[in-house]
Amino acid sequence: MTLQQILFLIFSAITLIAALMVVTRRNLCHAALFMVLSFFGVAGLYVLLEAPFLAGVQVFIYVGGISTLIIFAIVLTRDVVDPTLPPHNRQWIAGALVMALLCSVLIWTVLGYQWTTTTPGQVPADSIARLGTILVDPEGFLLPFEVTSVLLFAVLIGAITIARER
Amino acid sequence: MLNQFAFIGFLLIVALILGAATPILARLVRPQKAIPRKLEMDECDMRTHGETWVEFKAQYYTLVIVFLLFDVAAVFLLPWALAYNTLELYTAIEVIAFILMLLGGLVYLWRKGALEWL
Repeated sequence: MTLQQILFLIFSAITLIAALMVVTRRNLCHAALFMVLSFFGVAGLYVLLEAPFLAGVQVFIYVGGISTLIIFAIVLTRDVVDPTLPPHNRQWIAGALVMALLCSVLIWTVLGYQWTTTTPGQVPADSIARLGTILVDPEGFLLPFEVTSVLLFAVLIGAITIARER
Repeated sequence: MLNQFAFIGFLLIVALILGAATPILARLVRPQKAIPRKLEMDECDMRTHGETWVEFKAQYYTLVIVFLLFDVAAVFLLPWALAYNTLELYTAIEVIAFILMLLGGLVYLWRKGALEWL
């Protein structure tokens, strides 16, 4: 087994075990922290796939941002950290059914797909800088780039319109 | 590329060891005497009042959404910043337009008082 395979197993184990802990912990704060660990494992998998930008984005947005969002949501919710609350509600049967359906579709797809085994081309060392060049290139993705700022602006206005006390 | 990340992995391990060393060393050298006062929450020698798990105002959620938005904006700016010295001047103007748009949102937020402590 090569070092990369060992690392893959370690990161997969971190991701899966942490994900399992997220759904089994009674304390929601602990669940949120395990979710951070799970996100971190996914970032490690991106590194192994030689996608440094995606790994950085994973750490930046998921480990840094989404986890803050979740922890804030926990802090702002009443009685949500009460460990005596039942861990599931009346909808768990429907939830389990949907989950089983999704899982079977995923397994069916993964088993049925013809996986190619060719080695991919080398990732250039300046891949992120190339992405930056194409992002601000008028013949590249300049328009989506500027539209993104408009979208973020709209989200900002929308967020405070909804969340402000009236 | 993976070699560079091996260095990050090395730093990660060092950070974990350093983080773990402090409580472990402290556990080894400190006197093991459990008194109730020691187990209390303590912040700059101020005793806590009431419940620790209090519910905060939902308006603080806007702050975290704003944080997330600027997080996403930073992700878009990072590749541009890495390619900066190979790019023309007009790309800087494009990025300034991008930032100004978000800054407009931030000013609006500020004027609306969404950044006030409640």
